[in-house]
Amino acid sequence: MNRISRRRFLKIAGFGAGAATLAAASNRSLGGAMPAGTGGVHTVPTYCDICFWKCNAVAHVRDGQLWKIVGNPDDPLCRGRLCPRGTGGIGASIDPDRLRAPLMRHKARGEEKWVEVTWDEALGYIAERMQTIKAKFGPEAVALFSHGIGGTFLKHTLRAYGITNSAAPSFAQCRGPRDVGFNLTFGEEIGSPERTDIRNARCLVLIGSHLGENMHNTQVQEFAEANGNGATIIVADPRFSIAASKAKHYLPVKPGSDLALLLAWMNVLVTEGLYDTDYVTQHGYGFDYFKAELAQYTPEWAYPETGIAPETIRATAREMARHRPATLVHPGRHATWYGDDTQRSRAIALLNALLGSWGRKGGFYYPSSMDVPAYPYPPYPKSDRGKVDNPNQRYPFATEALTSGIREATITGQPYPIKGWFVYATNLIHAMPNQEETIRAIRALDLLVVVDVIPSEIAGWADVVLPEATYLERYDELNVETFREPFIALRQPVVTPPADQKPNWWIARELALKLGLGAYYPWHDIEEYLDYRLKGAGLSLAELKQKGLVRGPQQPLYFEDGVPAEFPTPSGKIEFYSTQLKDAGFDPVPRYTRPADGPPGSFRLLSGRAPVHTFSRTQSNPVLRDAMDENEIWVNGDVGARLGLRSGDYVRLRNQDGVISDRVKARVTAAIRPDCVYMVHGFGHTSKGLRSTFGKGASDAQLMTRYAVDPLMGGTGINVNFVTIEQGA
Amino acid sequence: MARFGMVIDTKKCVGCMDCVVACKTENDVPDGHCRDWISQRLQGEMPDLRLTITSERCNHCESPPCVTCCPTGASHVQDFGKVVLVDHDKCIGCKACLAACPYGARFIHPDGYADKCTFCMHRVERGLAPACVDVCPTRCMHFGDLDDPESEVSRLIATRRHFVLKPDAGTRPRIFYLE
Repeated sequence: MNRISRRRFLKIAGFGAGAATLAAASNRSLGGAMPAGTGGVHTVPTYCDICFWKCNAVAHVRDGQLWKIVGNPDDPLCRGRLCPRGTGGIGASIDPDRLRAPLMRHKARGEEKWVEVTWDEALGYIAERMQTIKAKFGPEAVALFSHGIGGTFLKHTLRAYGITNSAAPSFAQCRGPRDVGFNLTFGEEIGSPERTDIRNARCLVLIGSHLGENMHNTQVQEFAEANGNGATIIVADPRFSIAASKAKHYLPVKPGSDLALLLAWMNVLVTEGLYDTDYVTQHGYGFDYFKAELAQYTPEWAYPETGIAPETIRATAREMARHRPATLVHPGRHATWYGDDTQRSRAIALLNALLGSWGRKGGFYYPSSMDVPAYPYPPYPKSDRGKVDNPNQRYPFATEALTSGIREATITGQPYPIKGWFVYATNLIHAMPNQEETIRAIRALDLLVVVDVIPSEIAGWADVVLPEATYLERYDELNVETFREPFIALRQPVVTPPADQKPNWWIARELALKLGLGAYYPWHDIEEYLDYRLKGAGLSLAELKQKGLVRGPQQPLYFEDGVPAEFPTPSGKIEFYSTQLKDAGFDPVPRYTRPADGPPGSFRLLSGRAPVHTFSRTQSNPVLRDAMDENEIWVNGDVGARLGLRSGDYVRLRNQDGVISDRVKARVTAAIRPDCVYMVHGFGHTSKGLRSTFGKGASDAQLMTRYAVDPLMGGTGINVNFVTIEQGA
Repeated sequence: MARFGMVIDTKKCVGCMDCVVACKTENDVPDGHCRDWISQRLQGEMPDLRLTITSERCNHCESPPCVTCCPTGASHVQDFGKVVLVDHDKCIGCKACLAACPYGARFIHPDGYADKCTFCMHRVERGLAPACVDVCPTRCMHFGDLDDPESEVSRLIATRRHFVLKPDAGTRPRIFYLE
């Protein structure tokens, strides 16, 4: 059923002598002492882990203590400038709330009562429980939830043990619908870092994307660059975001009606003949059907759905056409909103297709990566039991495993029991909607192991908590980046861990040894592993330790540079009509369904990002906490006046299922529509170990008891929850 | 003789606070205090809203009330770059300058002296830009010599519409915001 292709990109092989020499010319040594006169300061290049963007950084150590971290000037991602989170990275290392030693629970799960144990005891216990699970249920009964590159070695150990179920919330809780929607249309995904050529865009369209608050470094830098160069910015968002404040056209769209707006924009482009006819004729498939289907979606039809006047829809569509193909309709990142998200993402893809922006300068470029051979491990054991997350391809277009599917299988025991969870660097209590389901799944487990830097809420539910060294204290897997300019980057320790924390690779290797899987770790030390891989690419660990990264030669980016205009879809073309969607019983051209309203008097709960925090991972970081120590609930000014609510008043939110939030400060503002409220995700910590941030602000995740599942790929849309405001908190 | 100033492009600034965080680590600013900060001013009604974001700090004024009111001479204008600085050894922490500054740019450091932005003189003396300018991911901040007509800051002021904070205070700030 699922004929979606995997991401295709250019891999530069044989990266050796010639290319290395070329690239080396632009790379400088960043390790070592600072110039004379700066005291006892030395610098170490490494790559950041405060978010998943993996900017290359240079850490400064003064008198043996972390002082500051700045961007590596050779880095194509950060161009010498980290984002505020990366700049505040030292706070991760000096956070007094950090986990310090392995912990085993001695009371009921979730009570957060611990005994400190040695690594030998902790790993010995885990290995013993894993062998019991394997004997009773098979190794497939252990699952891994992991986020970020740091999970690489743990995944390796668990694959060697025999697991088949492994997922990251970044798919079903985040960018999954976007990548599937684009894949269904162009045969390729957007990927991370996004292949968006923002800096060359002449017109940038953001739909709910709040760049500037959502601080993906390269994107924000390019957003500012495009804005500075006079690009036309169009923003559709129920909230007047920072990005909206930079826009020539701000469209305060009714929450959940984005797809109606997209269809109306396409209607205008097609009806008025403003689309790129040559591009569509040459590369499009099923355009006539698409055109006929679109005819119904006039701006007048969209008006009552979106609240956006027909003349505004027409004016913005014409503006997009005026700048094409350098008009970029941004695909967004966190795309799990209403359950129809893949079709909305497909509409974004199709709008870009009409504008001819895919494969064109100022639209979507073709990224490349360098070829670094993998380490030659023995093959993993095979299993014929399949995966549990998506039985019978219930979600036929899921291209990655579904966290929510593993959670459900853990609760039901179907199609087979899941009895052990490993959770690496992802706070599932905040990352997944419906916390009660997560906790129900945990109660069905025989073993829950959490590897984390801080005592996150999910760690509070663990049987064993393993304290990880921060990125500033460890080596990690190489970052072989797929980007506009390819590069290979090293993460290396800058300082030693302050207590008994260990690097993920060490934890994974020691666990493998305890499990009798030593054959999967022929290397003894990570430096040996890294050097082996780098030698395979004509480089060396010594070189990377000095430079932090090595850049590869620039490859063609656009069709006009010679990238072949190939679309690995079933038709080999851009699919305005999707036969595979039709065959699976879905709309071959996106259709709009109005999302259900909430109970009378309630507000739709929307959430987003702050520039100084990442998910629920950074609120205890003392440097970043000092910049923002609680979130606020944005409430429309007229609503606030009606309720007698003022900015700064504390309130609680009650959702449609009676769940009541922690206290949260109101921000009464003209910058949000009256039918919704908004808060930054990640606050409202309930873990007792997070002393510095416990009870500060409210958790959006706690209020997201409902979620709308995307029938195409299993994404969990969260903008389907409604709250009322309780005053006097 | 140089006369340092700063030009900040509000069109590009997204208010991400990177300047605030960079200043904190660069200058070991104690928890709960900051030498620079972000202000946001929202005007209008939906959808015709206007948001002005300003990265603010000591304006290193031409007529600095903090210097004239200082009873000990701790607050002074240094020759190099005409930058307003505080001599920690002379400061008695009397807070007169905190009251005099119309921008709220000063705070009392836990060690007892009045503290504020120094334009990162320790960096500028080594030919580097202030930490906030160097870190800004939007490249909206510019630092240089206002007396040099060829400098980037002078050229930006000459060619772009701009404003200063609280011009009525008569302090003649040396931080200029491009509209």
